[in-house]
Amino acid sequence: MTSTLSDRPDRPIRDVVFCDGVRTPFGRAGRAGTGMYAETRADDLIVAAIRELLRRHPELPPARVDEVAVAASTQIGDQGLTIGRTAAILAGLPKSVPGYAIDRMCAGGMTAVTTAAGSIAFGAYDVVIAGGVEHMGRHPMGEAADPNPRFLSDRLVDTSALSMGATAENLHDRFPHLTRERADLYALHSQEKVAKAYAEGKIQRDLVPVAIRSAELGWGLATKDEPPRPDTTLADLAALRTPFRPHGRITAGNAAGLNDGATACLLADAGTAAELGLPTAMRLVGYGFAGVDPEVMGVGPIPSTERALARTGLAIEDIGLFELNEAFAVQVLAFLDHYGLADDDPRVNQYGGAIALGHPLASSGVRLMTQLARQFAEHPEVRYGLTAMCVGLGQGGTVIWENPHYVSPAGSSREAGQ
Amino acid sequence: MTAVATEFPREVVTRSLVRYLDVPGSAGEFALITLDNGHDHTRPSTFGPAGLASLATALDQIEARSPAVSAVGITGKPFVFAAGADLGGVALLQTRPQALAIARAGHAVFARLRALSVPTFAFLNGVTLGGGLELALHCDYRTISRSAGAVAFPECFLGLVPGWGGTQLLPALIGPAAAVTVIVENALNQNKMLSASDAANLGIADELLDSADFLAESLRWAGRVIEGSVSVARAPLADEASYAAAVARGRMVADARVHGAAPAPYRALELIEQSRTLEFAAGTAAEDDALADLIMTDELRSGLYAFDLVNRRAKRPAGAPDKALARPVTTVGIVGAGLMASQLALLFVRRLRVPVMLTDLDSERLDRGVSWVHAEIAKLRERGRLGQDEANRLTALVTGTLERADFAAADFVIEAVFEQLAVKQQVFGELEKYLAPTAVLATNTSSLSVSAMARDLQYPERVVGFHFFNPVAVLPLLEIVRGERTDEATLATAFAVAGTLKKSSVLVSDAPAFVVNRLLTRFMGEITAAVDEGTPIEVADGAMAPLGLPMSPFALLGLVGPAIGLHVAETLHEAFGERFPVSSNLRRLVAAGRPSIYLPAERGDRTARLDPAAEELFELGDRASTSEQVRDRALAALADEIARMLDEHVVDDVRDIDLGLILGAGWPFHLGGISPYLDRAGVSERVTGRRFLPPGVASAPSV
Repeated sequence: MTSTLSDRPDRPIRDVVFCDGVRTPFGRAGRAGTGMYAETRADDLIVAAIRELLRRHPELPPARVDEVAVAASTQIGDQGLTIGRTAAILAGLPKSVPGYAIDRMCAGGMTAVTTAAGSIAFGAYDVVIAGGVEHMGRHPMGEAADPNPRFLSDRLVDTSALSMGATAENLHDRFPHLTRERADLYALHSQEKVAKAYAEGKIQRDLVPVAIRSAELGWGLATKDEPPRPDTTLADLAALRTPFRPHGRITAGNAAGLNDGATACLLADAGTAAELGLPTAMRLVGYGFAGVDPEVMGVGPIPSTERALARTGLAIEDIGLFELNEAFAVQVLAFLDHYGLADDDPRVNQYGGAIALGHPLASSGVRLMTQLARQFAEHPEVRYGLTAMCVGLGQGGTVIWENPHYVSPAGSSREAGQ
Repeated sequence: MTAVATEFPREVVTRSLVRYLDVPGSAGEFALITLDNGHDHTRPSTFGPAGLASLATALDQIEARSPAVSAVGITGKPFVFAAGADLGGVALLQTRPQALAIARAGHAVFARLRALSVPTFAFLNGVTLGGGLELALHCDYRTISRSAGAVAFPECFLGLVPGWGGTQLLPALIGPAAAVTVIVENALNQNKMLSASDAANLGIADELLDSADFLAESLRWAGRVIEGSVSVARAPLADEASYAAAVARGRMVADARVHGAAPAPYRALELIEQSRTLEFAAGTAAEDDALADLIMTDELRSGLYAFDLVNRRAKRPAGAPDKALARPVTTVGIVGAGLMASQLALLFVRRLRVPVMLTDLDSERLDRGVSWVHAEIAKLRERGRLGQDEANRLTALVTGTLERADFAAADFVIEAVFEQLAVKQQVFGELEKYLAPTAVLATNTSSLSVSAMARDLQYPERVVGFHFFNPVAVLPLLEIVRGERTDEATLATAFAVAGTLKKSSVLVSDAPAFVVNRLLTRFMGEITAAVDEGTPIEVADGAMAPLGLPMSPFALLGLVGPAIGLHVAETLHEAFGERFPVSSNLRRLVAAGRPSIYLPAERGDRTARLDPAAEELFELGDRASTSEQVRDRALAALADEIARMLDEHVVDDVRDIDLGLILGAGWPFHLGGISPYLDRAGVSERVTGRRFLPPGVASAPSV
């Protein structure tokens, strides 16, 4: 007989902690190279994020990094060649540090985190850098994609499934009470919350300045996000056209834009974090991914959250803070609606979201986590938080985190199971 | 701004692009200037009048910015900060006032940067040469990227001084001793460049940063300097004695290199010395004068001509056939296993990384040759020049065989056997039985006829001369000799192999001793003849000192070996008769087996001492010449021989003769090889009735 796990009953599942996360400022992908990163390479963005993470944590010997997991949706050109490995080398990590590329479209960065975290829990790694990058200016969504004709001939998906905007229109059809007006109002709040968070200095602390090249203008420095439009009004939003269908509801104002950016975070086994003196910003409780009909991919976070809650033994009431990716306002509203949360629930996206900040596909998952970690520190009364996002081709992903700063009030709440 | 008296035609204008940045630590805007000439890194940004004007406009804009900026920084396009003045334009300046104007124009703009009331920063992201480095020195602080490989003041190498503030600012920043090293010693040491870490260690840069996020981190560092959380300590000005000692050492270095024959390093040393006490404006005015004077010297024009030969002509050899005709070389055969053959094997295997087979007549010689190559590879490994894997690879590639049949696989065979025509003919004839008809047969002969070697072969078109200079690993020149029947594919293959060997090649026709050895021998013949006639050895051998050649004629003879020198002299005597006399004293020296007329140099001793044993062998006649007379006849001989070589089409252009002398004999830039010097000294016209180069090509305009 071969040995089995049961021969080693003492094998532990280890606690995984999120130590810290950083990101580049996000840019507008823009038309015809007008965005601030138009002449900056994608790999240079992820390298900037990784190096900042290492710089912020001199207590971490670089050789102790066991893996560099980097997500990108379009893994060609400067996002190809196994971006996790190239980024590790370009960032100056020792060559002994391995790296890989990973992809789950919009949830690529989130999947880099969950996959690497699973490996830490399993005991394969102690410390991991996980992140994502997407330069949608250099790599338009779906670049070089070659969908199998059977998707349509066999009616596996609706023709609208590959256009994210069209799937969001479909969501409005499915939930008629989630009107364009509610979506626009939600979008306005996102802009306002981002403006407020910027004014309070809550966004800047996570950003690494990036030198940006322009042959015409000379070198510049990206120090803040390019997408936010703090002066947006409801009237502005109402006036926008609906590019995905005539008389539709999805506009450039109530959806995330096309963006460039990179994120990176440091994950560690809790014991290793303590040994090295790495901070514990969040403890991973559990996660779930789920599939839905691709033509309404925006509902994905609902079943994925169900799974994550079921597996962790928590209920939605236990969640004190939400970081939801705002690919489209309607898709966030569908989630809130499902769980009976108000459109402007204060526990949701306190610093605003992707509608204002931007959504460089594979990088966004880690941004949600980094911001949740900041909010945990500000809210010791909150024990659990959740990051969730929808994914193209009909998926959702949810990760539940515990706040290490949590101070139990008189009478404790429920424990999460493992 | 200061009006510039003249425009540089064809100036590739480096634009100063300004952006106003939000830099953490900087209360107000940070104005960042990017120097960019719109080309990639293969065409580095330089400054001509229009480039300086663009910088001035950028400063105008920055000064007019409201609210006022908090700091100003300068960086370059990718891989290049700035490579200094536009030398192409400098070479075209016609009058001293024009030269003075460009000197002043640089100072005027740079001084404005220095005078700004806000902190100024240079972020040295790549190549930083000459005026680029001076621009950086006008800033208050400097960061440098670890990948910035070329930091230097090449001015003295070319015949200029770092006269846009370099001689005034650098000594104060890094001390006079280090400044003399950078400005004079490195420049005269084949334009040695500093690495980024050298620059940081010397204090030229205040902060050494990784290249991965160099500019972003430079700006972060600048922010810390601005807010005061980082401060940079500057050493106080060194005392007068330190300056005097540094300058004295610099004069010794210059004397050893150019023997007083090139004015630039001495002028630079004067300026360095003056910088201690002169007000900055007075110092830069002195620089203006020095630049204007030097720009109008023949030495500088010759230097620019030589620079162009080495950097352009050497890379695209004149007369080389279409590269596409070259055949691939995947196996190399070397006939002979002596020292020259072994050196060739080492060079070929390191550069081509293909199997290299040596062959010789007996296994003892062969084994010795192969072992020597293997041992040299092991030494390179020990010195860290090769990794273990690479050393293993190269060692396995070098083999020996006694069977000529094993050469069947070789597509490039070079012989380095005894220098006798019959021997070489026999070697090639025998090899041809085994080789493919397209395999190249190259000869490293220094004086025999390539055509004669090919004459009796079945495929004479495959024979080409491939003449290296000793030491093979060091001297960059290769004379590629076209025999009467050498075909284009063979020639193209020879040029391709030369390029892979990282040698600069000059195409020459099949004339005895080709170019460099023929000229050196003709010249040497006059010196030895003078001695034979009765001129004291010291007088004859010192006669050329005013030219600043790298070594005296007899010192060169010692380096080459009197026996080889004699052999080449005899070959040329046979070919050309009395123009190439064979010195009886040289014969006696060789017969006695003396390695040189000089004793081996003692460590640290620069003065050559005659070997009494050699001196005793010399029989001097009773017609002593003065050193001036010796010099005159030697120069006349050179001019005469060059004219003959051009008439005989040994090369098609005198530029290839100069290039050969620069790369093959180390003759100095300030002579432009030799023909510019012969022109300006009037020797060419006196001896041959014509100049070698039109006025102005390698000489100052005679206004």
